[in-house]
Amino acid sequence: MITFEDVTKRYRDGTVAVDDLSLEVPTGAITVFVGPSGCGKTTSLRMINRMIDATSGRITLNGQDVREIDPPTLRRGIGYVIQQAGLFPHRKIVDNVATVPYLLGWSKKKARARAMELLELVGLDPSLAHRYPFQLSGGQQQRVGVARALAADPPVLLMDEPFSAVDPIVRASLQDELLRLQSELRKTIVFVTHDIDEAVKLGDTVAVLRVGGRLAQMAGPATLLTEPADDFVREFLGRDRGIRRLSFISAKEVRLSPPPADLVTDEDGRPLGWRSGGGLAAYGVFNPEADSLRVALDAALLSPNGVAVAVDEEGRVRGVAGRDAIDELLAEYAPPVAGPAAGAQSSRGGPPTVGPPPGAGSSQGAPT
Amino acid sequence: MNWLADFFGDPSHWSGPDGIPVRLLEHLEFSAAAFLVAALIAVPLGLFIGHTGRGALVVVVAANAARALPTLGLLVLVVLLAGVGTVLPVLIPLIVLAIPPILVNTYQGVRGVDADLRDAAYGMGLRGRQVLVRTLIPVALPLILLGLRLAAIQVVSTATIAAFVGLGGLGRFIIDGLATKTYADVIGGAVLVAVLALAVQFAFVLLDRVAVSPGVRQSR
Ligand SMILES: Nc1ncnc2c1ncn2[C@@H]1O[C@H](COP(=O)(O)OP(=O)(O)OP(=O)(O)O)[C@@H](O)[C@H]1O
Ligand SMILES: [Mg+2]
Repeated sequence: MITFEDVTKRYRDGTVAVDDLSLEVPTGAITVFVGPSGCGKTTSLRMINRMIDATSGRITLNGQDVREIDPPTLRRGIGYVIQQAGLFPHRKIVDNVATVPYLLGWSKKKARARAMELLELVGLDPSLAHRYPFQLSGGQQQRVGVARALAADPPVLLMDEPFSAVDPIVRASLQDELLRLQSELRKTIVFVTHDIDEAVKLGDTVAVLRVGGRLAQMAGPATLLTEPADDFVREFLGRDRGIRRLSFISAKEVRLSPPPADLVTDEDGRPLGWRSGGGLAAYGVFNPEADSLRVALDAALLSPNGVAVAVDEEGRVRGVAGRDAIDELLAEYAPPVAGPAAGAQSSRGGPPTVGPPPGAGSSQGAPT
Repeated sequence: MNWLADFFGDPSHWSGPDGIPVRLLEHLEFSAAAFLVAALIAVPLGLFIGHTGRGALVVVVAANAARALPTLGLLVLVVLLAGVGTVLPVLIPLIVLAIPPILVNTYQGVRGVDADLRDAAYGMGLRGRQVLVRTLIPVALPLILLGLRLAAIQVVSTATIAAFVGLGGLGRFIIDGLATKTYADVIGGAVLVAVLALAVQFAFVLLDRVAVSPGVRQSR
Protein backbone atom coordinates (compact mmCIF):
# COMPACT_ATOMS: atom_id res chain seq x y z
CA MET A 1 0.00 0.00 0.00
CA ILE A 2 1.13 3.54 -0.74
CA THR A 3 0.03 6.34 1.55
CA PHE A 4 0.29 10.09 1.21
CA GLU A 5 0.30 11.81 4.57
CA ASP A 6 -0.15 15.60 4.43
CA VAL A 7 2.11 15.79 1.41
CA THR A 8 2.93 19.24 0.07
CA LYS A 9 5.19 20.14 -2.81
CA ARG A 10 6.29 23.70 -3.27
CA TYR A 11 8.65 24.27 -6.20
CA ARG A 12 11.55 26.64 -5.83
CA ASP A 13 9.70 29.38 -7.70
CA GLY A 14 6.95 29.24 -5.07
CA THR A 15 4.38 27.25 -7.09
CA VAL A 16 2.46 24.96 -4.80
CA ALA A 17 1.89 21.96 -7.02
CA VAL A 18 0.48 19.65 -4.36
CA ASP A 19 -1.18 20.98 -1.26
CA ASP A 20 -1.56 18.87 1.85
CA LEU A 21 -2.53 15.71 0.03
CA SER A 22 -3.54 12.70 2.08
CA LEU A 23 -4.74 9.51 0.50
CA GLU A 24 -4.24 5.79 0.38
CA VAL A 25 -3.46 3.80 -2.72
CA PRO A 26 -4.74 0.28 -2.14
CA THR A 27 -2.54 -2.69 -2.98
CA GLY A 28 -3.31 -4.73 -6.06
CA ALA A 29 -5.70 -2.22 -7.63
CA ILE A 30 -5.57 0.63 -10.12
CA THR A 31 -5.78 4.08 -8.59
CA VAL A 32 -6.16 6.90 -11.07
CA PHE A 33 -5.13 10.50 -10.42
CA VAL A 34 -7.21 12.68 -12.68
CA GLY A 35 -7.70 16.40 -12.96
CA PRO A 36 -7.20 19.40 -15.22
CA SER A 37 -3.79 20.31 -16.60
CA GLY A 38 -1.40 21.65 -13.98
CA CYS A 39 -3.31 20.28 -10.99
CA GLY A 40 -0.29 18.38 -9.70
CA LYS A 41 -0.90 14.83 -10.95
CA THR A 42 2.59 14.31 -12.33
CA THR A 43 4.15 15.91 -9.30
CA SER A 44 2.19 13.62 -6.98
CA LEU A 45 3.14 10.55 -8.98
CA ARG A 46 6.82 11.42 -9.17
CA MET A 47 7.05 11.94 -5.45
CA ILE A 48 6.33 8.23 -5.02
CA ASN A 49 9.51 7.13 -6.80
CA ARG A 50 11.39 10.22 -5.63
CA MET A 51 11.90 11.71 -9.05
CA ILE A 52 10.67 14.69 -7.03
CA ASP A 53 10.98 15.01 -3.27
CA ALA A 54 8.08 16.32 -1.23
CA THR A 55 8.56 19.62 0.59
CA SER A 56 6.72 18.33 3.62
CA GLY A 57 4.65 15.36 4.65
CA ARG A 58 5.37 11.71 4.16
CA ILE A 59 4.86 9.11 1.48
CA THR A 60 5.11 5.53 2.59
CA LEU A 61 5.42 2.35 0.62
CA ASN A 62 4.34 -0.69 2.61
CA GLY A 63 4.83 1.33 5.75
CA GLN A 64 8.32 2.58 4.94
CA ASP A 65 8.97 6.27 4.29
CA VAL A 66 10.28 6.50 0.72
CA ARG A 67 12.69 9.21 1.87
CA GLU A 68 14.60 6.53 3.74
CA ILE A 69 15.29 4.55 0.57
CA ASP A 70 18.13 5.40 -1.81
CA PRO A 71 16.35 6.69 -4.96
CA PRO A 72 17.90 4.33 -7.57
CA THR A 73 17.20 1.33 -5.33
CA LEU A 74 13.64 2.52 -4.76
CA ARG A 75 13.08 3.08 -8.48
CA ARG A 76 14.33 -0.36 -9.49
CA GLY A 77 11.47 -1.77 -7.44
CA ILE A 78 8.83 0.46 -9.02
CA GLY A 79 7.83 0.25 -12.66
CA TYR A 80 7.59 3.65 -14.36
CA VAL A 81 5.89 4.38 -17.67
CA ILE A 82 5.86 7.86 -19.20
CA GLN A 83 3.94 9.51 -21.98
CA GLN A 84 6.47 9.34 -24.80
CA ALA A 85 7.58 5.86 -23.74
CA GLY A 86 11.13 7.22 -23.30
CA LEU A 87 12.71 4.16 -24.88
CA PHE A 88 16.49 4.15 -25.28
CA PRO A 89 16.93 4.79 -29.01
CA HIS A 90 20.34 3.14 -29.19
CA ARG A 91 19.22 -0.17 -27.76
CA LYS A 92 17.20 -2.93 -29.35
CA ILE A 93 13.69 -3.49 -28.05
CA VAL A 94 14.70 -6.63 -26.15
CA ASP A 95 17.49 -4.77 -24.36
CA ASN A 96 15.21 -1.84 -23.63
CA VAL A 97 12.84 -4.20 -21.88
CA ALA A 98 15.71 -5.84 -20.02
CA THR A 99 17.01 -2.52 -18.62
CA VAL A 100 16.11 -3.08 -14.99
CA PRO A 101 17.07 -6.79 -14.94
CA TYR A 102 20.50 -5.76 -16.27
CA LEU A 103 20.75 -3.14 -13.53
CA LEU A 104 19.87 -5.77 -10.98
CA GLY A 105 22.75 -7.86 -12.24
CA TRP A 106 20.86 -10.62 -14.01
CA SER A 107 22.81 -12.54 -16.63
CA LYS A 108 22.28 -11.34 -20.18
CA LYS A 109 20.65 -14.63 -21.10
CA LYS A 110 18.18 -14.60 -18.24
CA ALA A 111 17.37 -10.91 -18.71
CA ARG A 112 16.71 -11.35 -22.42
CA ALA A 113 14.59 -14.44 -21.86
CA ARG A 114 12.52 -12.47 -19.40
CA ALA A 115 12.25 -9.59 -21.86
CA MET A 116 10.94 -11.93 -24.56
CA GLU A 117 8.35 -13.24 -22.12
CA LEU A 118 7.19 -9.71 -21.41
CA LEU A 119 6.97 -8.71 -25.05
CA GLU A 120 4.59 -11.56 -25.50
CA LEU A 121 2.67 -10.61 -22.37
CA VAL A 122 2.00 -7.09 -23.67
CA GLY A 123 0.93 -8.48 -27.03
CA LEU A 124 3.96 -7.70 -29.16
CA ASP A 125 5.29 -9.97 -31.86
CA PRO A 126 8.65 -11.48 -30.81
CA SER A 127 10.06 -10.55 -34.22
CA LEU A 128 10.07 -6.92 -33.03
CA ALA A 129 12.58 -7.75 -30.31
CA HIS A 130 15.60 -7.04 -32.45
CA ARG A 131 14.36 -3.81 -33.89
CA TYR A 132 15.26 -0.36 -32.65
CA PRO A 133 12.61 1.91 -31.14
CA PHE A 134 12.41 4.19 -34.19
CA GLN A 135 11.22 1.18 -36.19
CA LEU A 136 8.08 0.82 -34.05
CA SER A 137 4.76 2.65 -34.15
CA GLY A 138 3.77 4.87 -31.26
CA GLY A 139 1.38 2.28 -29.90
CA GLN A 140 4.00 -0.45 -30.09
CA GLN A 141 6.54 1.76 -28.36
CA GLN A 142 4.06 2.37 -25.59
CA ARG A 143 3.62 -1.38 -25.13
CA VAL A 144 7.37 -1.75 -24.94
CA GLY A 145 7.35 0.96 -22.29
CA VAL A 146 4.88 -1.08 -20.26
CA ALA A 147 6.91 -4.28 -20.78
CA ARG A 148 10.06 -2.48 -19.64
CA ALA A 149 8.34 -1.25 -16.50
CA LEU A 150 7.19 -4.77 -15.68
CA ALA A 151 10.48 -6.51 -16.46
CA ALA A 152 11.74 -7.02 -12.93
CA ASP A 153 8.23 -7.83 -11.73
CA PRO A 154 7.87 -4.80 -9.45
CA PRO A 155 4.79 -4.83 -7.20
CA VAL A 156 4.11 -1.17 -7.97
CA LEU A 157 3.62 0.50 -11.34
CA LEU A 158 3.50 4.25 -11.92
CA MET A 159 2.04 5.39 -15.22
CA ASP A 160 2.01 9.04 -16.29
CA GLU A 161 -0.42 9.60 -19.17
CA PRO A 162 1.03 6.54 -20.88
CA PHE A 163 -1.58 6.39 -23.62
CA SER A 164 -2.24 10.03 -24.38
CA ALA A 165 0.08 10.32 -27.37
CA VAL A 166 -1.62 7.64 -29.47
CA ASP A 167 -4.80 7.83 -31.50
CA PRO A 168 -8.14 6.97 -29.84
CA ILE A 169 -8.43 3.48 -31.32
CA VAL A 170 -4.94 2.44 -30.27
CA ARG A 171 -5.55 4.07 -26.90
CA ALA A 172 -8.69 2.01 -26.35
CA SER A 173 -6.85 -1.20 -27.19
CA LEU A 174 -3.95 -0.29 -24.89
CA GLN A 175 -6.45 0.39 -22.11
CA ASP A 176 -8.13 -2.97 -22.63
CA GLU A 177 -4.73 -4.61 -22.67
CA LEU A 178 -3.83 -2.97 -19.39
CA LEU A 179 -7.03 -4.20 -17.77
CA ARG A 180 -6.36 -7.71 -19.06
CA LEU A 181 -2.78 -7.60 -17.76
CA GLN A 182 -3.92 -6.27 -14.44
CA SER A 183 -6.48 -9.06 -14.03
CA GLU A 184 -3.51 -11.45 -14.24
CA LEU A 185 -0.83 -9.48 -12.43
CA ARG A 186 -2.69 -7.57 -9.72
CA LYS A 187 -0.10 -4.85 -9.43
CA THR A 188 -0.54 -1.74 -7.36
CA ILE A 189 -0.92 0.78 -10.15
CA VAL A 190 -1.03 4.54 -9.92
CA PHE A 191 -2.22 5.90 -13.24
CA VAL A 192 -2.21 9.58 -14.13
CA THR A 193 -4.47 11.01 -16.81
CA HIS A 194 -6.36 14.18 -17.58
CA ASP A 195 -9.00 12.18 -19.46
CA ILE A 196 -11.94 11.44 -17.19
CA ASP A 197 -13.23 8.69 -19.47
CA GLU A 198 -9.92 6.91 -19.23
CA ALA A 199 -9.95 7.38 -15.45
CA VAL A 200 -13.42 5.92 -15.11
CA LYS A 201 -12.62 3.04 -17.43
CA LEU A 202 -9.37 2.00 -15.77
CA GLY A 203 -9.67 3.02 -12.15
CA ASP A 204 -10.76 0.81 -9.32
CA THR A 205 -10.46 4.06 -7.41
CA VAL A 206 -10.35 7.53 -8.94
CA ALA A 207 -8.80 10.51 -7.17
CA VAL A 208 -9.97 13.78 -8.68
CA LEU A 209 -7.52 16.61 -8.06
CA ARG A 210 -8.24 20.27 -8.50
CA VAL A 211 -5.75 22.94 -9.53
CA GLY A 212 -3.45 23.75 -6.65
CA GLY A 213 -2.98 20.08 -5.91
CA ARG A 214 -5.96 19.53 -3.64
CA LEU A 215 -7.97 16.34 -3.52
CA ALA A 216 -11.52 17.04 -4.62
CA GLN A 217 -12.88 13.51 -4.32
CA MET A 218 -11.68 9.97 -4.15
CA ALA A 219 -14.12 7.21 -4.93
CA GLY A 220 -14.86 4.23 -7.10
CA PRO A 221 -15.85 5.23 -10.65
CA ALA A 222 -19.53 4.32 -10.22
CA THR A 223 -19.81 6.28 -7.00
CA LEU A 224 -18.00 9.19 -8.59
CA LEU A 225 -20.49 9.29 -11.44
CA THR A 226 -23.57 9.12 -9.21
CA GLU A 227 -22.35 11.15 -6.29
CA PRO A 228 -19.87 13.84 -7.35
CA ALA A 229 -18.75 15.68 -4.24
CA ASP A 230 -19.16 19.18 -5.59
CA ASP A 231 -19.68 21.32 -8.68
CA PHE A 232 -16.04 21.07 -9.69
CA VAL A 233 -16.15 17.28 -9.81
CA ARG A 234 -19.57 17.31 -11.44
CA GLU A 235 -18.36 19.61 -14.18
CA PHE A 236 -15.15 17.69 -14.63
CA LEU A 237 -17.07 14.44 -15.07
CA GLY A 238 -18.94 15.99 -17.95
CA ARG A 239 -22.21 14.93 -19.55
CA ASP A 240 -24.06 11.63 -19.65
CA ARG A 241 -23.00 10.64 -16.16
CA GLY A 242 -26.19 8.59 -15.71
CA ILE A 243 -25.65 6.54 -18.82
CA ARG A 244 -21.90 6.17 -18.29
CA ARG A 245 -22.50 4.88 -14.81
CA LEU A 246 -24.37 1.89 -16.26
CA SER A 247 -20.98 0.63 -17.49
CA PHE A 248 -20.24 -0.32 -13.90
CA ILE A 249 -23.33 -2.42 -13.36
CA SER A 250 -23.12 -6.00 -14.52
CA ALA A 251 -25.83 -7.23 -16.85
CA LYS A 252 -25.69 -10.58 -15.07
CA GLU A 253 -28.78 -9.84 -13.01
CA VAL A 254 -30.98 -8.85 -15.95
CA ARG A 255 -34.06 -11.08 -15.90
CA LEU A 256 -34.10 -13.15 -19.09
CA SER A 257 -37.20 -14.55 -20.82
CA PRO A 258 -37.17 -17.44 -23.27
CA PRO A 259 -36.59 -16.29 -26.84
CA PRO A 260 -39.88 -15.58 -28.64
CA ALA A 261 -40.78 -17.33 -31.87
CA ASP A 262 -40.12 -14.32 -34.07
CA LEU A 263 -36.40 -14.31 -33.22
CA VAL A 264 -34.80 -16.14 -36.11
CA THR A 265 -31.64 -18.13 -35.42
CA ASP A 266 -29.31 -20.30 -37.45
CA GLU A 267 -28.87 -24.04 -36.78
CA ASP A 268 -26.25 -23.31 -34.06
CA GLY A 269 -28.67 -21.04 -32.25
CA ARG A 270 -26.99 -17.77 -33.23
CA PRO A 271 -29.41 -14.88 -33.85
CA LEU A 272 -30.08 -13.78 -37.41
CA GLY A 273 -32.73 -11.11 -36.80
CA TRP A 274 -36.30 -10.38 -35.91
CA ARG A 275 -38.96 -11.58 -38.30
CA SER A 276 -40.63 -8.49 -39.69
CA GLY A 277 -42.84 -8.36 -42.74
CA GLY A 278 -41.09 -10.54 -45.27
CA GLY A 279 -37.51 -9.92 -44.04
CA LEU A 280 -35.35 -9.71 -40.96
CA ALA A 281 -34.99 -6.64 -38.78
CA ALA A 282 -31.90 -5.56 -36.87
CA TYR A 283 -31.19 -6.84 -33.38
CA GLY A 284 -28.80 -6.03 -30.54
CA VAL A 285 -26.98 -8.55 -28.39
CA PHE A 286 -25.32 -8.55 -25.01
CA ASN A 287 -23.51 -11.22 -23.03
CA PRO A 288 -24.90 -11.17 -19.47
CA GLU A 289 -21.73 -12.83 -18.15
CA ALA A 290 -19.31 -10.27 -19.53
CA ASP A 291 -21.21 -7.12 -20.44
CA SER A 292 -22.53 -4.21 -18.48
CA LEU A 293 -26.04 -2.92 -18.14
CA ARG A 294 -25.05 -0.15 -20.55
CA VAL A 295 -24.45 -2.72 -23.28
CA ALA A 296 -27.73 -4.44 -22.49
CA LEU A 297 -29.62 -1.17 -22.72
CA ASP A 298 -27.85 -0.35 -25.95
CA ALA A 299 -28.82 -3.76 -27.34
CA ALA A 300 -32.46 -3.10 -26.45
CA LEU A 301 -32.35 0.29 -28.15
CA LEU A 302 -30.94 -1.30 -31.29
CA SER A 303 -33.87 -3.66 -31.75
CA PRO A 304 -37.05 -2.26 -33.29
CA ASN A 305 -39.14 -4.02 -30.65
CA GLY A 306 -36.98 -2.86 -27.72
CA VAL A 307 -35.90 -6.36 -26.82
CA ALA A 308 -32.23 -7.15 -26.25
CA VAL A 309 -30.92 -10.59 -27.17
CA ALA A 310 -28.80 -12.28 -24.54
CA VAL A 311 -26.08 -14.53 -25.94
CA ASP A 312 -23.35 -16.72 -24.46
CA GLU A 313 -19.62 -16.67 -25.21
CA GLU A 314 -20.16 -18.45 -28.51
CA GLY A 315 -22.87 -16.04 -29.57
CA ARG A 316 -25.74 -18.50 -29.10
CA VAL A 317 -29.06 -17.13 -27.89
CA ARG A 318 -29.67 -17.66 -24.17
CA GLY A 319 -32.81 -15.62 -23.85
CA VAL A 320 -34.09 -12.11 -24.32
CA ALA A 321 -34.57 -9.07 -22.09
CA GLY A 322 -37.19 -6.49 -22.80
CA ARG A 323 -36.94 -2.89 -21.68
CA ASP A 324 -39.10 -3.74 -18.68
CA ALA A 325 -36.51 -6.27 -17.49
CA ILE A 326 -33.72 -3.76 -17.91
CA ASP A 327 -35.77 -1.10 -16.18
CA GLU A 328 -36.18 -3.33 -13.11
CA LEU A 329 -32.43 -3.43 -12.71
CA LEU A 330 -32.08 0.30 -13.39
CA ALA A 331 -34.49 0.96 -10.53
CA GLU A 332 -32.50 -1.29 -8.25
CA TYR A 333 -29.33 0.67 -8.92
CA ALA A 334 -30.90 4.10 -8.77
CA PRO A 335 -28.61 6.63 -7.07
CA PRO A 336 -29.11 7.00 -3.30
CA VAL A 337 -31.41 9.78 -2.16
CA ALA A 338 -29.03 11.44 0.31
CA GLY A 339 -26.64 12.75 -2.33
CA PRO A 340 -25.42 16.14 -1.00
CA ALA A 341 -24.53 14.90 2.49
CA ALA A 342 -22.49 11.99 1.19
CA GLY A 343 -20.70 14.26 -1.26
CA ALA A 344 -19.87 16.99 1.22
CA GLN A 345 -18.00 14.55 3.38
CA SER A 346 -15.06 13.99 1.06
CA SER A 347 -14.80 17.63 0.01
CA ARG A 348 -14.25 18.52 3.65
CA GLY A 349 -11.17 16.34 3.54
CA GLY A 350 -12.54 13.54 5.68
CA PRO A 351 -11.51 9.96 5.05
CA PRO A 352 -11.60 9.47 1.30
CA THR A 353 -14.23 7.15 -0.03
CA VAL A 354 -12.55 4.05 -1.31
CA GLY A 355 -13.69 2.20 -4.40
CA PRO A 356 -14.23 -1.50 -4.91
CA PRO A 357 -11.99 -3.75 -2.83
CA PRO A 358 -8.62 -4.72 -4.25
CA GLY A 359 -9.12 -7.71 -6.42
CA ALA A 360 -12.31 -6.39 -7.92
CA GLY A 361 -10.05 -6.22 -10.95
CA SER A 362 -11.67 -4.76 -14.00
CA SER A 363 -14.12 -1.96 -13.77
CA GLN A 364 -17.09 -4.23 -14.31
CA GLY A 365 -17.84 -4.78 -10.63
CA ALA A 366 -21.12 -3.57 -9.22
CA PRO A 367 -20.90 -0.47 -7.04
CA THR A 368 -20.45 -1.05 -3.35
CA MET B 1 49.86 19.11 -63.19
CA ASN B 2 53.49 19.36 -64.16
CA TRP B 3 54.31 20.61 -60.75
CA LEU B 4 52.60 17.64 -59.15
CA ALA B 5 54.49 15.26 -61.44
CA ASP B 6 57.73 17.05 -60.58
CA PHE B 7 57.04 16.78 -56.89
CA PHE B 8 55.72 13.24 -56.63
CA GLY B 9 57.85 11.88 -59.48
CA ASP B 10 61.15 12.93 -57.95
CA PRO B 11 62.64 9.79 -56.32
CA SER B 12 64.65 11.91 -53.87
CA HIS B 13 61.33 13.09 -52.38
CA TRP B 14 60.58 9.53 -51.29
CA SER B 15 63.57 8.87 -49.04
CA GLY B 16 65.87 10.53 -46.53
CA PRO B 17 65.13 12.76 -43.53
CA ASP B 18 63.35 15.35 -45.68
CA GLY B 19 61.47 12.84 -47.84
CA ILE B 20 57.70 12.51 -47.92
CA PRO B 21 57.46 9.42 -45.61
CA VAL B 22 59.46 11.06 -42.82
CA ARG B 23 57.67 14.39 -43.14
CA LEU B 24 54.32 12.63 -43.18
CA LEU B 25 55.18 10.70 -40.05
CA GLU B 26 56.35 13.86 -38.28
CA HIS B 27 53.17 15.59 -39.32
CA LEU B 28 51.08 12.74 -38.00
CA GLU B 29 53.01 12.74 -34.74
CA PHE B 30 52.37 16.42 -33.98
CA SER B 31 48.79 16.12 -35.05
CA ALA B 32 48.05 12.96 -33.12
CA ALA B 33 49.70 14.26 -29.96
CA ALA B 34 47.81 17.55 -30.10
CA PHE B 35 44.55 15.86 -30.98
CA LEU B 36 44.80 13.31 -28.19
CA VAL B 37 45.62 15.89 -25.55
CA ALA B 38 42.74 18.08 -26.74
CA ALA B 39 40.34 15.14 -26.75
CA LEU B 40 41.42 14.04 -23.29
CA ILE B 41 40.68 17.51 -21.98
CA ALA B 42 37.60 18.46 -23.99
CA VAL B 43 35.58 15.22 -24.08
CA PRO B 44 35.44 14.66 -20.30
CA LEU B 45 34.88 18.37 -19.75
CA GLY B 46 32.07 18.48 -22.30
CA LEU B 47 30.49 15.37 -20.80
CA PHE B 48 30.73 16.77 -17.30
CA ILE B 49 29.27 20.15 -18.19
CA GLY B 50 26.57 18.61 -20.36
CA HIS B 51 25.57 16.07 -17.74
CA THR B 52 25.63 18.30 -14.68
CA GLY B 53 24.77 21.60 -16.33
CA ARG B 54 27.52 23.19 -14.26
CA GLY B 55 30.09 25.42 -15.95
CA ALA B 56 28.17 26.01 -19.16
CA LEU B 57 29.90 29.38 -19.33
CA VAL B 58 33.17 27.60 -20.15
CA VAL B 59 31.56 26.24 -23.30
CA VAL B 60 30.31 29.65 -24.38
CA VAL B 61 33.73 31.20 -23.87
CA ALA B 62 35.43 28.35 -25.71
CA ALA B 63 33.02 28.61 -28.63
CA ASN B 64 33.68 32.33 -29.02
CA ALA B 65 37.40 32.06 -28.48
CA ALA B 66 37.54 29.51 -31.26
CA ARG B 67 36.29 32.09 -33.71
CA ALA B 68 38.53 34.88 -32.52
CA LEU B 69 41.79 33.10 -31.89
CA PRO B 70 44.67 33.67 -34.35
CA THR B 71 46.53 30.37 -34.39
CA LEU B 72 49.66 31.84 -35.87
CA GLY B 73 49.69 34.64 -33.34
CA LEU B 74 49.45 32.11 -30.56
CA LEU B 75 52.32 30.19 -32.10
CA VAL B 76 54.51 33.27 -32.06
CA LEU B 77 53.49 34.02 -28.49
CA VAL B 78 54.36 30.53 -27.29
CA VAL B 79 57.69 30.65 -29.14
CA LEU B 80 58.47 33.92 -27.38
CA LEU B 81 57.59 32.41 -24.04
CA ALA B 82 59.00 28.90 -24.46
CA GLY B 83 61.74 29.44 -27.00
CA VAL B 84 62.41 27.68 -30.29
CA GLY B 85 63.52 24.12 -30.61
CA THR B 86 60.89 22.29 -28.53
CA VAL B 87 57.63 20.87 -29.83
CA LEU B 88 55.65 22.84 -27.26
CA PRO B 89 55.18 25.92 -29.46
CA VAL B 90 53.48 23.73 -32.01
CA LEU B 91 51.46 21.56 -29.71
CA ILE B 92 49.94 24.31 -27.63
CA PRO B 93 48.31 26.25 -30.47
CA LEU B 94 47.09 23.01 -32.02
CA ILE B 95 45.57 21.85 -28.73
CA VAL B 96 43.97 25.22 -28.19
CA LEU B 97 42.60 25.04 -31.71
CA ALA B 98 41.19 21.54 -31.25
CA ILE B 99 39.49 21.96 -27.89
CA PRO B 100 36.54 24.21 -28.85
CA PRO B 101 34.93 22.02 -31.53
CA ILE B 102 35.23 18.94 -29.33
CA LEU B 103 34.00 20.71 -26.22
CA VAL B 104 31.10 22.48 -27.88
CA ASN B 105 29.83 19.43 -29.77
CA THR B 106 30.22 17.06 -26.85
CA TYR B 107 28.39 19.49 -24.61
CA GLN B 108 25.62 20.05 -27.11
CA GLY B 109 25.31 16.35 -27.80
CA VAL B 110 24.76 15.57 -24.15
CA ARG B 111 22.53 18.59 -23.50
CA GLY B 112 20.48 17.81 -26.57
CA VAL B 113 19.43 14.37 -25.38
CA ASP B 114 15.66 14.32 -25.07
CA ALA B 115 14.59 15.28 -21.55
CA ASP B 116 12.05 12.44 -21.52
CA LEU B 117 14.79 9.96 -22.24
CA ARG B 118 16.97 11.26 -19.45
CA ASP B 119 13.95 11.15 -17.20
CA ALA B 120 13.15 7.58 -18.16
CA ALA B 121 16.74 6.55 -17.46
CA TYR B 122 16.62 7.96 -13.94
CA GLY B 123 13.12 6.61 -13.51
CA MET B 124 14.31 3.07 -14.28
CA GLY B 125 16.79 3.39 -11.42
CA LEU B 126 20.03 4.22 -13.24
CA ARG B 127 22.51 6.18 -11.15
CA GLY B 128 23.97 9.46 -12.42
CA ARG B 129 27.07 7.90 -13.91
CA GLN B 130 25.08 5.04 -15.46
CA VAL B 131 22.76 7.56 -17.06
CA LEU B 132 25.80 9.26 -18.59
CA VAL B 133 27.57 6.13 -19.77
CA ARG B 134 24.60 4.00 -20.80
CA THR B 135 22.28 6.62 -22.17
CA LEU B 136 23.71 10.07 -22.75
CA ILE B 137 27.00 9.09 -24.39
CA PRO B 138 25.56 6.52 -26.81
CA VAL B 139 22.80 8.91 -27.85
CA ALA B 140 25.16 11.90 -28.11
CA LEU B 141 27.85 9.91 -29.90
CA PRO B 142 27.17 11.21 -33.42
CA LEU B 143 27.75 14.77 -32.22
CA ILE B 144 30.75 13.83 -30.10
CA LEU B 145 32.32 12.17 -33.12
CA LEU B 146 31.48 15.18 -35.25
CA GLY B 147 33.38 17.42 -32.83
CA LEU B 148 36.34 15.06 -32.83
CA ARG B 149 36.33 14.93 -36.61
CA LEU B 150 36.25 18.71 -37.03
CA ALA B 151 39.07 19.02 -34.52
CA ALA B 152 41.16 16.31 -36.18
CA ILE B 153 40.81 17.89 -39.61
CA GLN B 154 41.71 21.33 -38.30
CA VAL B 155 44.71 19.96 -36.46
CA VAL B 156 45.97 18.04 -39.47
CA SER B 157 45.62 21.08 -41.72
CA THR B 158 47.09 23.50 -39.25
CA ALA B 159 50.03 21.35 -38.18
CA THR B 160 51.84 22.84 -41.18
CA ILE B 161 52.71 25.72 -38.87
CA ALA B 162 55.32 23.50 -37.21
CA ALA B 163 57.57 24.44 -40.09
CA PHE B 164 57.44 28.10 -39.05
CA VAL B 165 59.40 27.32 -35.91
CA GLY B 166 61.89 25.07 -37.56
CA LEU B 167 60.15 21.77 -36.91
CA GLY B 168 59.29 19.11 -39.48
CA GLY B 169 56.03 17.92 -40.90
CA LEU B 170 54.44 18.49 -44.28
CA GLY B 171 54.66 22.23 -43.69
CA ARG B 172 58.34 22.03 -44.50
CA PHE B 173 57.58 21.48 -48.18
CA ILE B 174 55.36 24.53 -48.21
CA ILE B 175 57.58 26.88 -46.22
CA ASP B 176 60.82 25.82 -47.84
CA GLY B 177 59.24 25.77 -51.25
CA LEU B 178 58.01 29.31 -50.80
CA ALA B 179 61.44 30.43 -49.57
CA THR B 180 63.20 28.88 -52.55
CA LYS B 181 60.42 29.59 -55.00
CA THR B 182 60.13 25.84 -55.70
CA TYR B 183 56.40 25.95 -56.34
CA ALA B 184 56.21 22.24 -57.10
CA ASP B 185 57.12 21.59 -53.47
CA VAL B 186 54.58 24.12 -52.22
CA ILE B 187 51.79 22.54 -54.20
CA GLY B 188 52.94 19.00 -53.46
CA GLY B 189 52.99 19.74 -49.73
CA ALA B 190 49.55 21.34 -49.87
CA VAL B 191 48.14 18.36 -51.74
CA LEU B 192 49.59 15.98 -49.16
CA VAL B 193 47.95 17.96 -46.37
CA ALA B 194 44.62 17.91 -48.21
CA VAL B 195 44.86 14.17 -48.78
CA LEU B 196 45.63 13.64 -45.13
CA ALA B 197 42.60 15.69 -44.14
CA LEU B 198 40.45 13.57 -46.45
CA ALA B 199 41.89 10.41 -44.93
CA VAL B 200 40.97 11.67 -41.47
CA GLN B 201 37.48 12.44 -42.67
CA PHE B 202 37.18 8.95 -44.09
CA ALA B 203 38.49 7.33 -40.90
CA PHE B 204 35.80 9.12 -38.93
CA VAL B 205 33.08 8.00 -41.30
CA LEU B 206 34.21 4.43 -40.67
CA LEU B 207 34.34 5.01 -36.94
CA ASP B 208 30.82 6.42 -37.05
CA ARG B 209 29.62 3.27 -38.78
CA VAL B 210 31.16 1.02 -36.18
CA ALA B 211 30.57 2.97 -33.00
CA VAL B 212 27.17 4.62 -33.42
CA SER B 213 24.13 2.43 -32.78
CA PRO B 214 21.91 2.01 -35.85
CA GLY B 215 19.04 3.08 -33.64
CA VAL B 216 20.61 6.46 -33.06
CA ARG B 217 21.95 6.99 -36.56
CA GLN B 218 18.58 6.26 -38.17
CA SER B 219 16.46 8.31 -35.87
CA ARG B 220 18.41 11.45 -36.59
N1 LIG C 1 9.97 22.08 -11.98
C1 LIG C 1 8.96 22.91 -11.72
N2 LIG C 1 9.19 24.14 -11.24
C2 LIG C 1 8.17 24.98 -10.98
N3 LIG C 1 6.87 24.68 -11.14
C3 LIG C 1 6.58 23.47 -11.62
C4 LIG C 1 7.60 22.52 -11.94
N4 LIG C 1 7.00 21.40 -12.41
C5 LIG C 1 5.68 21.63 -12.36
N5 LIG C 1 5.42 22.87 -11.89
C6 LIG C 1 4.09 23.48 -11.67
O1 LIG C 1 3.40 22.69 -10.74
C7 LIG C 1 2.04 22.56 -11.09
C8 LIG C 1 1.69 21.08 -11.21
O2 LIG C 1 2.43 20.50 -12.27
P1 LIG C 1 2.25 19.00 -12.72
O3 LIG C 1 3.23 18.73 -13.77
O4 LIG C 1 2.29 18.12 -11.51
O5 LIG C 1 0.79 19.04 -13.31
P2 LIG C 1 -0.06 17.91 -14.03
O6 LIG C 1 -1.29 17.75 -13.24
O7 LIG C 1 0.76 16.70 -14.26
O8 LIG C 1 -0.44 18.61 -15.40
P3 LIG C 1 -0.56 18.01 -16.88
O9 LIG C 1 -1.89 17.35 -16.98
O10 LIG C 1 -0.51 19.23 -17.73
O11 LIG C 1 0.58 17.08 -17.08
C9 LIG C 1 1.87 23.34 -12.37
O12 LIG C 1 1.37 24.60 -12.03
C10 LIG C 1 3.25 23.46 -12.92
O13 LIG C 1 3.40 24.64 -13.65
MG1 LIG D 1 1.55 15.73 -16.03
